[in-house]
Amino acid sequence: MSATDNAPTHRAKPLGNAAKAARGDGRAGTRDAGRRPTTTIIVTAVLAIVAIYFLVPVYWVVINATKSTEDLFGTSGFWFGESFQLWENLKAVLSANGGIFPRWALNSLLYSGVGSVLATYFAVAAGYALAKYRFRGRTLVYGLVLGGVLVPGTAVALPLFFLFSSIGITNTYWAVLIPSLVSPFGLFLASIYAGAAVPDEMLEAGRLDGVGEIGLFHRLSLPQLVPAIVTILLFQFVAIWNNYMLPLVMLADETLYPITLGLDNWRAQTDRLPEFYQLTTGGALLSVIPLAILILVLQRFWRGGLTEGSIKG
Amino acid sequence: MRGKSAPWILLAPFLVLFIGTMIVPIIMAIGYSFTRVQREGLLGEAGVDSVFAGFDNYIAALTNANFIESIGRMILFGIVQVTVMIVAATVLALLLESASARWPGFFRATYFLPYGIPGVIATILWSFLYIPGLSPIVDVLGALGITIDFLGPNMVLWSIANIVTWTYTGYNMLIIIAQLKSIPGELYEAAKLDGAGSFRVATSIQLPLIRPALMLTIIFSIIGTLQLFAEPRLLQTMSAGITSEYTPNMSAYAFAFQYNDIGMAAAQAVIIAVAAFLLSAVALGISNWTEKRR
Repeated sequence: MSATDNAPTHRAKPLGNAAKAARGDGRAGTRDAGRRPTTTIIVTAVLAIVAIYFLVPVYWVVINATKSTEDLFGTSGFWFGESFQLWENLKAVLSANGGIFPRWALNSLLYSGVGSVLATYFAVAAGYALAKYRFRGRTLVYGLVLGGVLVPGTAVALPLFFLFSSIGITNTYWAVLIPSLVSPFGLFLASIYAGAAVPDEMLEAGRLDGVGEIGLFHRLSLPQLVPAIVTILLFQFVAIWNNYMLPLVMLADETLYPITLGLDNWRAQTDRLPEFYQLTTGGALLSVIPLAILILVLQRFWRGGLTEGSIKG
Repeated sequence: MRGKSAPWILLAPFLVLFIGTMIVPIIMAIGYSFTRVQREGLLGEAGVDSVFAGFDNYIAALTNANFIESIGRMILFGIVQVTVMIVAATVLALLLESASARWPGFFRATYFLPYGIPGVIATILWSFLYIPGLSPIVDVLGALGITIDFLGPNMVLWSIANIVTWTYTGYNMLIIIAQLKSIPGELYEAAKLDGAGSFRVATSIQLPLIRPALMLTIIFSIIGTLQLFAEPRLLQTMSAGITSEYTPNMSAYAFAFQYNDIGMAAAQAVIIAVAAFLLSAVALGISNWTEKRR
């Protein structure tokens, strides 16, 4: 990732795009002229059947969040029941236990929002430093972080609990937030991207203009790194939002729970109290919808960033 | 001077957190794994007597029938589930990129959607589709004369595999699609001139060239399999087939919080981390080795 390494990658980029565009055109041509309509129908049918598989649980939760507990068990899960009480169900979800569900949602938002923004900033700064500076200890840092990527997160959850309980911060917001601030994978993505997207000439020109090293990062390099930043941010947000073992290990106080842990708590009570089925279903619906929208709207960012990560990786 | 300290200033926040939340805990876990708590006490309570135990905890962990069984279960799970998922992701990616499907954008988004749904919520949703009396799938199959118990002792492992496959297939598919898009157009042109059909193009051009993406997805999937925790833990209350030591991670959790045996829990956590690390390193090594031989 030295200056000499960067130059070819940098020059190769427009070429790659041109090739991509050319292929795109060629393909569009074959689609219209070469492909037989039967192929299109068969492939589309196969893809549609697969799509049904991926949509069934989401469909189920939308349909069944409208039902009374009686209908939930008494009518077919694939269609609406006799009652339509979606609003009553959602109201029950939002007001149960003195409004604990909105609290969980805010906690999830806090953990994921603050955690992903700070984690991204730290990972990008570190990745940029590893890509654009030669200094002693660089290889060592790289090796350490690579090891960190390969060690599974949940295997560290338990050791983290030992550490945090010895300094007395378990069962606080910090216990979940602090580990969420580290993204070794983000560092890698950032360093690969910075190696290709931040030209050394630009940094040299900045230095001649008297911009400090930290200023070079913030004012000149960060804007170049936006695509990588968006990708790391999304990855980290989803990773924290989906986390279960870390909060489970760390938190005892229900008011600190994220949504995942809270809903699990409700589901665990369905054995004794059937009305919790309806609360769990409504809660699941409320937590799936915003994420589904987020995923669909931001899909193109996922693709852009993943390309960087996987091609070079 | 400024040039020398600058990279360290930029690295500092990350490094401090990385050392504090990964290196130190792992060193602590290694330390705990060589000790034995002499007196009964709460976790981390000051004044607990711990004595050096040598490799006792490791020997105990590796001779613990349940722990060994959980590792075997994950190997079986990994071989079947990772294979099915990666094959499915590859086929879906090739079909979507073949330009012979309609609405590729819609399908791509639909397949990727489950990735945004937390494993816990995915498991809750699927569990409702597994429970007899609640599940429309069980009803429909029953009407067709098929009785199936998704939560039965032998079946439940594959019901978990289904949840994991459902969640991650689309994500892996996107990584593969990204790599497919990077294949230069000239290669397709050349193949077309040589009269290669789309099957030939897939086996001779696309599959060899997406190897790096396949390796990446396989490594992440292996690590994911070893970490399996949320899905089986949630299904535990519904299935008699899931014990509290069903997966290596559940076992470590049980020893830490149910049996209060920190030394054993730490030893198991270390074994899991080392195994994940070695498996990934071996996978990377095989990938590089075959790459060089080509």
